[in-house]
Order: sequence, then structure tokens, then C-alpha cells
Amino acid sequence: MVSLLSHLLNGISLGSVYAIIALGYTMVYGIAKMLNFAHGDVIMIGAYITFSAVHMWNMPPVLAVVISMVVCTVLGVLIEGLAYKPLRQATSLAVLITAIGMSYLLQNIALLVWGPNPKSFPSVIGLPSISLLDGQLIIAAETIVTVLANIVIMIALTLFTNKTKMGKSMRGVSEDKGAAQLMGINVNLTISVTFAIGSALAAIAGVLLCSTYPVLMPTTGSMPGIKAFTAAVFGGIGSIPGAMLGGILLGVIEILGKAYVSTELSDAIVFGVLIIVLLVKPTGLLGKKVHEKV
Amino acid sequence: MKKLVAILMVLAMTMSFASAMAAEPLKIGVIGPLTGGAAVYGNAVAYGAQIAADEINAKGGLQIVLNIQDDEHDPEKAINAYNEIMDDEAVMILGTVTTAPCIAVAAQAYEERVFMLTPSASSSDVTAGKDNVFQVCFTDPGQGKAAAEMIAAKNLGTKIGVIYNNADPYSTGIYQAFDATAKELGLEIVAVSTFSSDDNADFSVQVAASKDAGADLVFLPIYYTPASLILAQAKAVEYAPVFFGVDGMDGILTLDGFDKSLAEGVMLLTPFAASSQDDRTQLFVRKYEGLRGEEPNQFAADAYDGIYALYTAAMNAGITGETSYEEACELLIEQFATLQVSGLTGELAWATTGEVTKVPTVYVIENGIYAKVD
Repeated sequence: MVSLLSHLLNGISLGSVYAIIALGYTMVYGIAKMLNFAHGDVIMIGAYITFSAVHMWNMPPVLAVVISMVVCTVLGVLIEGLAYKPLRQATSLAVLITAIGMSYLLQNIALLVWGPNPKSFPSVIGLPSISLLDGQLIIAAETIVTVLANIVIMIALTLFTNKTKMGKSMRGVSEDKGAAQLMGINVNLTISVTFAIGSALAAIAGVLLCSTYPVLMPTTGSMPGIKAFTAAVFGGIGSIPGAMLGGILLGVIEILGKAYVSTELSDAIVFGVLIIVLLVKPTGLLGKKVHEKV
Repeated sequence: MKKLVAILMVLAMTMSFASAMAAEPLKIGVIGPLTGGAAVYGNAVAYGAQIAADEINAKGGLQIVLNIQDDEHDPEKAINAYNEIMDDEAVMILGTVTTAPCIAVAAQAYEERVFMLTPSASSSDVTAGKDNVFQVCFTDPGQGKAAAEMIAAKNLGTKIGVIYNNADPYSTGIYQAFDATAKELGLEIVAVSTFSSDDNADFSVQVAASKDAGADLVFLPIYYTPASLILAQAKAVEYAPVFFGVDGMDGILTLDGFDKSLAEGVMLLTPFAASSQDDRTQLFVRKYEGLRGEEPNQFAADAYDGIYALYTAAMNAGITGETSYEEACELLIEQFATLQVSGLTGELAWATTGEVTKVPTVYVIENGIYAKVD
């Protein structure tokens, strides 16, 4: 019983990281209608920046995270402006391939800058674990911080998209880019802001991911990136609460699958569940069905 | 036309004079992953080999030239690298560094009769059925057996948990031999859990399996990167058994940013430790640090020993830069049967199967450095 609880908590913690990453995928997809496969690698860059700031320049962790968010935001806007904006009128396949190319570019830049050796990421949280039920259930501080961060980000994003002017333009652009433009919404600016927010979230996700699982390599972002993308599709791509729900469910399924079925089959179970969900509900758990008028 | 022929003949004569004056250096091809996920091993081998070659060249006599090619830890690219160095007329090969590419290249080298000495590809599949492929490192089963014997002899644990990577032939090979030997010796294995990729980050389930089974020693026949994650996640749930690793654990202290207190008390079986006090090791460590700015790991030491083994065998057999690779191959096979080399990783000798015999040492990490366990 206690071990089930402990596995569940681990699952929610892992799922929360997936959820934060998935928010980046889902926002960009919802607004720019493109899959930004380089998102996972922005996470990796964010983690490297934090690592360098803490470990090499001896900055306090909080400042390091802020710097990493700033760098990732700039990076996200740069990627969008240099690689995706010129392709706004191109086929979606061209954009997709560009995104994959960008992903490899970022990985190889990291390889050049930080070298091939894996780095051990210092936990920026640095609080003791909490021991419950006479030490039978031990909750790592990272777990609690990750889950709390996820909730705060979720609330903040919902308020942002519903209450601010920029949030309104985002919803407008996501519904109909052409009509939004005719209504005087600056579509390019809106897309850039979306990338900025997604990339800042990627920096936070990178720090949380590497605080819980403290190894950092140029390929660190790719697997969580794919899982988070799956989570976004699972929850209904384009939907912010969907990304949250999809991420947490995916994390819990993965950990419980590992614990009670098989450590080797856990990924097969995760993706198997995805296939079933998509067969039954092709738009994902919380996805909206959009009727196209001809 | 006549003029052209005359010029060509003059050229040919000058070149033959030139080569007669300075003996052709012995060209050794080195193949390993210099970029990509396994780059840390390939670069260690490249630099370790270069240090050995520079020492040999400084002595005068037979000169060595290395042609180092990148295989990105990919069998296909490894074959390309092999073709590259054979086109460049290499006489023998030090490589490849990692197992899967090594199996591919070894098959080709066996076919074409090129002598191969791998510094670090430790699977038995690398040498099986090939008389021209030899290893500097221990075989995987050899390590698993030695680890079980060591744990039993020194009474390090009564209940043993194992976490290994069952998608990796290295890890699986060690585990299987460990399991068989542990059963023979009456060691009780209470939990075995697996993972299937070195990119795996979450070990909470695997750690919980050993913890719940009450294991007081956890055997980790895996590389140090996942091991560092396991140590961190075990600490997060306040689980502190004896962790026992093999040569893949070597390097954990060199992880950038690694909290060394996590590795306190970790034991490992490895043929090389940079902290060893003998003069030769210290000289090698200083040279390597001068080139790379970090401590050499076992891969670098294996490559260093590999170059010396090839050099010694070549000297004994009278192989020079002009010897053809087929001829060199047969001569080297003959030499390695009786060859003895005193290297950084121990006293090396070879069985005709290609396996090396040397004695592993157990180290325990104390205060952030390796201490020998007697």
C-alpha cells in the first residue's frame, strides 16, 4: 500500500515535468499550427545554462533559473524568427523538417559548447526529503516543488490566456489566423510571444527535470520531449488543461507500468495507451472537435 | 610523351630514395566514437593511444603514426571508418571502442585478415570465432564472475539486489555471469530489476525493488551515468546499502558537478585507478591531464596499454611500416600467444581466444578518492 502511494507520487512528479514540457508543445501547436520538435532541446539548453550558472559562475540557484529562463526565451524567439517565420507560407512538412533540423542543431551546439561528457546536475532545490508514516513513505523535496510549480504555471497560464489582451489575441489566432489578422491582431507578434512563453517554461521544465534526475547530456531533452509531445496529443493537442492532464496521466502510467508490469515494457504500455485513446477519441482526452466549414 | 615519362621516372626515383632513407612509420588505425553519446570513451582512447605513441616515437627506432577515425558509436559508420583507415594503408587496428560497432568491424577484419586489438569492447561476441581479434579489457563474463567471487570472499553483503541494463550486452553479460557464480557460491540474490536504455532517468521503481526486498548490497553492472542517478535516487528515499560496481562505474567521480558524497562507500572492480601511486600511472595521469584537463579513465589506460602491446609484438616479430597487413596479421597472432606486457592496467597476457588475463582490483571510494581494498 505504502509502496503504491510512493510509486503514485513519483508518477505525478514525473508527469508534472511532462505536463510543463507539453504546455510548450501544445501552445505552439494551438497557435502556430506547427510541431516544434526543437522544444525538447530548448529544455536541455535551459538545464545547461542553469548548470553553468550554478556550478561554474557560482550563482545562487534562483538567479540561475531566472537567467536560464531569459536565455531560453531569447533562444525560442530567435529560433522562431530565423527558422520558422520565413516558412510561414510553406507546407507544414517543410516546417516539420526544419524543426527536426533545429533539434539536431541545438544538440550539436550543446555538444560543442559543453562537451560530450555527461554533467551531474546540482539540485537547485536543496531541501530535505519529508518522511511520513514512520519513515515508510519518503517524499523527495523535488517531487513537491515540481508538483507545486506545475499547479502555479497552470493557473498563471489559464489566467493569462483568459484575462489579458495578449491572451485574447492568442485565442483569436488559434481559432482563425486569417480572420484574426483582419481584426487587427498582430499575428507575428502573437506567435513570437507564444514561443517566448513556451521557451521560458522549457527552462523551468529543464531545471525541474534535472533536479529530480540529475544527469545532463546533449541528448537529455529528446526522450522527455517525445514523451511530453505524446502527453500533449494524449490530452488533446492545443488544449492547456489537456496538456496538464495528459502529462500527469502519462507519468503515472509509466511509473505504475514499471512497478507492476515490467520495467522493459513501460514505454510500450505508455504508447499503447496513447493508441487506444486516439482510436476511441481521435482529438485526445480534452481536445475539441473543430468543424471546418466549406 | 618521352619528357613526361622521364619526369615520372625521376619522381619515382626520388620518392624511392626518400623512403629508403627514412623507414616507413608503422601506421595503426584507431576507431572509436569521437562525437555522439559515447564520445567520452572514444576521446579517452584517442588521447591514451596518442600518449603511448608519442612516448614510443620519442625513444627513436620504430616510429608509430596513428590514423584516428570517428565511428559515432554506430556500426555502419564504424565500417566506413575501417575502410578509411585501410585505404590509408594501416597495418593493424586499435579498436573499436564500443561493442556493437566492434562486432561489425571485427567480422570485416576477420574476413580481410587485419589484426585488431580492442582496448575496451568487452563482449565475448567481439572475439568469438575470430583468431585475429584480441581485447585489452576484461570480458563481461570475467568481470561478473570476479565481482561475485569478491563479494563472497570479503563477505560484503548477505542479501543482494541487482539493477542492470538488459538492452545492453555489456551489462547483461556481466549480470548473467554474476548470477551464475553467485548461485554457485551460495550468495542470496533478493531483487533483480532492469532498465532498457542508458537514457533512462527514472530509477525510483528499481531502487524501491531492492529497498523493499531488504538488500544490503546492490550490484550495479552498468555505466556510471545511470549509476549516478541511482545513487541520487536511493539517497532521496534514504536507502543506503553497499553499492558495488564494475569498470563501467569508473569515471563517476569525474562527472562534472557530481556530489561526491553520494559515492561515499561505493565499491568497484576495475583494473585502473588514476589515484594509484605508482610512478608510471602518475606520469600517464599528468600527461593526460595536460592534454585534456581531466583525469584519465580506464578507457584511456586500456588504449595506452593496447598501443604498447601492439608495439612490443610488432618489434618482436620484426613488423615495420612496409609489412603488408595480411602478413602482419599472421605474425601478430603468433606473437600474442606468448606476449607479456606490463601495463597500466596490470600484467597482461592473452589466451588464443583473444581474451586477456589480468588481475582486477577492488577499490572503495573514501573521501572522494579511490582507496584499494585488500
